[in-house]
Amino acid sequence: MKSRRFANLGSYLILGVLFLVVLFPVYYGLVGSLMGERDTNSFPPALWPKNGIHPENYSKALDIIPLGNQYLTSVLQTLGITLGQMVTSALAAYAFVFLNLRWRAFWFGVFLSTMMIPFESIIIPNYLLISQWGLKDTIAGLTLPFLATGFGTFLLRQSFLSFPMELRDAARVDGAGHFRFLFSILLPLSRPSLAALGIWSALSAWNMYFWPLLATEDPKHQTIQIGISQLQSSDSDSPGMVLAGVMLALFPTLLLVIFGQRFIVRGLTAGAVK
Amino acid sequence: MSSPVASTVGAEGRRERWIAIGYLLPALIVFGLFIFWPLVKSILLSVQGTDILGNPSGFVGAVNYTRLFSDPDFLQVLWVTFAFTVLTVIPSIAIALLIALLLQGRIRGVRFFRTAFALPFAFSVATASVIFGVLFNPASGVLNGILSHLGIDKVQWLTNPDLALWSVSGATVWMQIGYNLLVLSAGLGALPEDILEAARLDGASGLRLQRSIVMPLLTPQLFFLVVVGTIHSLQSFGQIKILTVGGPEDRTTTLVYSIYEQAFANNNSNYGYASAQAMVLLVIVLIITALQFGVLERKVFYR
Repeated sequence: MKSRRFANLGSYLILGVLFLVVLFPVYYGLVGSLMGERDTNSFPPALWPKNGIHPENYSKALDIIPLGNQYLTSVLQTLGITLGQMVTSALAAYAFVFLNLRWRAFWFGVFLSTMMIPFESIIIPNYLLISQWGLKDTIAGLTLPFLATGFGTFLLRQSFLSFPMELRDAARVDGAGHFRFLFSILLPLSRPSLAALGIWSALSAWNMYFWPLLATEDPKHQTIQIGISQLQSSDSDSPGMVLAGVMLALFPTLLLVIFGQRFIVRGLTAGAVK
Repeated sequence: MSSPVASTVGAEGRRERWIAIGYLLPALIVFGLFIFWPLVKSILLSVQGTDILGNPSGFVGAVNYTRLFSDPDFLQVLWVTFAFTVLTVIPSIAIALLIALLLQGRIRGVRFFRTAFALPFAFSVATASVIFGVLFNPASGVLNGILSHLGIDKVQWLTNPDLALWSVSGATVWMQIGYNLLVLSAGLGALPEDILEAARLDGASGLRLQRSIVMPLLTPQLFFLVVVGTIHSLQSFGQIKILTVGGPEDRTTTLVYSIYEQAFANNNSNYGYASAQAMVLLVIVLIITALQFGVLERKVFYR
């Protein structure tokens, strides 16, 4: 018994050290965003606000970059991609599970193959296409390439497959067409999977970096992610303000991860379709 | 497909086939325009030259490809990409595994720890990189501040050519821990309790239990993370753009960063050469995916 207690103490110790190391960047991001330059620019720098709290870092960050605009752009881009993926995935998954689809295996392969092609390898033609269509600096340019996913389709397909066939047939007998059945019966009953898809889509859309960097030029039309990365290069003398920008960009996804963890875990394995 | 509603034969059945295609269509249009057509276009661009304005200047055959593999800069890019992948995938899985195993024991406040350790998952590549940029700052960053208490001189985390890749990799490991931990915790949570109990009754405990029972049962998750992590690392871009801009001496220029540099940085518009590099990326990722589906998967322990 003694040795077990000893081992337990060791576990706590290692866990404690890991906790400090892993959570330190989170801590410093938050606390640093409230520290003044006397704390952040001295050496060695302070690890907590020794010289007062400076919430004005946030208003300064808002002033330097058009953060209001950028926030709105990020929100619209995220909503567009999330809703778009939900709709296209629901429709496609419905066809795979409930409709008399010819060449099912072929279409299945087509959807599966979209998950294997890294976007970075086809980003040049996408950039040329969006520029050619005059869609740079627009919400359309930021969202269009991502309005459908194989991942979302397979996630919803998995959930549809467990839908009781008798219920479906009953609905059909009662005269519900495909469209009405899908949107007023099937989807409401598939809420957990829809939520998982929604959270995954929203997280990846909000956090996107490479594509918005290419698809926008005008600071007013850039997303928050691009905004904060330029905040860093534009003012490296004021880490507090830079970190305040980071916290603003981080806020929505932090909430999603803390309160939506259940749904995130649900989506984890759906990416690995066999 | 036999439906009790006897209408899926004949004209009605043919109608439903078209309806089915109609339901696939929105997704297919998006895939066609923004995945499959660009894929064809990438291949076409990669066998053409590029003029100063970025327009294709005619068919050049495999010239871009032969240039790639005789270009010492590109060979370095491949090496950096490989090193970066190894330095990020293995440590991020190892650390996440350690945390997941520790959290599995009977520890107080497990829920709090689980949520706390998952927080890095909320960070985008931009938010995490900017924070690490502040921490790495040689003149006033916290890392050098901590080292100074130990009597160690200031370290040039991001501008020392021998160190920069390690620093960027370290930041990337941090970014991947949250995801890896979620996958491993889900895997541990789904372990069959009867097997664990049987092993405990047989006297296995502590490390022995972890090594002989838990680890083999976790191989599907570990294997999944190696594949997904490798592909993810190969696609990394933001942390390099934000922290080092590919330098110093191109020592952090990975494949994707090199594509960006050739095609987009400084109005280079070198689309042909960049597309050839993009095809190298595609082939590498496809090979890894094929490995996942084929050879290796059979060696993994599934119940």
